Amino acid sequence: MIKIHISTKDGVPIFQQIVTQIKHMVASGRLAPGEIVPPIRVLAEQLLINPNTVARAYKELESEGIFISRQGSGTRVAEKGSTLDYAERLQVLTERVESLLVEADQLDFTVEDIIELIRQKNKLFYTSERGKNIND
Amino acid sequence: MTDSGFRYDAAPIEVKGLTRRFGKKIALNNINLTTSSGRVLGLVGENGAGKTTLIKHLMGMLKAQQGEVKVFGINPVKDPVGALSRIGYLSEDRDLPHWMRVDELMNYTRAFYPDWDVTYAEELLKVFRLDPSAKIKQLSRGQKAQAALLTALAYRPPLLLLDEPSSGLDPIVRRDILTAIIRTIADEGRTVLFSSHLLEEVERVADDVAMIHEGEIVINDSIENIKAKHHSITLRFHEPQPDKPKIEGALSINGKDKEWSIICNCNIDEITSKAKSMGSEIYQDTPPTLEDIFIAYAGVDRSIIKEDKR
Repeated sequence: MIKIHISTKDGVPIFQQIVTQIKHMVASGRLAPGEIVPPIRVLAEQLLINPNTVARAYKELESEGIFISRQGSGTRVAEKGSTLDYAERLQVLTERVESLLVEADQLDFTVEDIIELIRQKNKLFYTSERGKNIND
Repeated sequence: MTDSGFRYDAAPIEVKGLTRRFGKKIALNNINLTTSSGRVLGLVGENGAGKTTLIKHLMGMLKAQQGEVKVFGINPVKDPVGALSRIGYLSEDRDLPHWMRVDELMNYTRAFYPDWDVTYAEELLKVFRLDPSAKIKQLSRGQKAQAALLTALAYRPPLLLLDEPSSGLDPIVRRDILTAIIRTIADEGRTVLFSSHLLEEVERVADDVAMIHEGEIVINDSIENIKAKHHSITLRFHEPQPDKPKIEGALSINGKDKEWSIICNCNIDEITSKAKSMGSEIYQDTPPTLEDIFIAYAGVDRSIIKEDKR
């Protein structure tokens, strides 16, 4: 069972919440390459959301090369990571960094503060996520 | 039934220019609403906005005073059998014959619908954990809603009209009802219209949203488009503003001094340059929740918007 948390409080479209959380699970290894993901109807019932929304999220994940769907054998996590090319990947990350810098400036943090925070979080991210995986 | 106008390719719901008055009060004013097959439409609006009145027109329980109402191409007032055999209806007050037992209700309803699916009905009975020998008047509010939903689903109608399906229910029963609704959505081609004042539920379940405010439709779009078109923006002015700043396209403006929050249906580039020209900067731009948008529209003074758009 995939653990996804849907919130209708912060305005982020539901399909986007699914996409983001699944990307996170794949990045942290909680969803392994080749692993079969739940069928659309099953996940829709589990999350209590419209199946069309789940379908939309799966389609997005497929178009980004994170999921692979084959007729008859369901949808799986792709064997290797993103199929986006370097420039595209860089573009995605650059946008995030820019907004982070703006936010940090407004909240009165320096670039060094950000880097330190990223280091700390990175450490936690890998220890906790990988750790969970082992314990599962 | 021969000349009923039924067409497989007709829209499940087609309402054109529908106006309804009760005495002097306009309950519905020039409503236009079309659904496409296989979609889930959430009908939202305050109590008394006209949601139930609109649903009653679709059921043929009210006759259009002006305009046109069609269900799969059928006028439900002229051909009630043709229309009602294709609609599963859950009324707001769940008007069930309270003297019957659950199994009697099932047999009774079955007699009206040649397409009644006995196996599916039994399955729903189990899912809802309803006791077939229980008297309806002894059922809890949630069980009554489940019994009513069972009789609306068991003949697998291509169109479901659910008037406040989970209103007044505790969270567990609401979950069961929502699960049942979500299951029926997944059935190929089933179209659902459900009214609700619980926007969280609408956001989870609906593909499209129509919002009625004082008898008029103020939003009618897919949730995806609604979210993309509306912004929740925080503006920071260089100088404190003594009065509410006037911003084109803004549905609501709240704040004081230098910081103002806006919900708008606007192009973000236009609003950015507008903000700059007014001596302010956009400090935050997030997608609003359906509730934010709903409240903004419900409180909006349309005469002010028109004036601004001149």
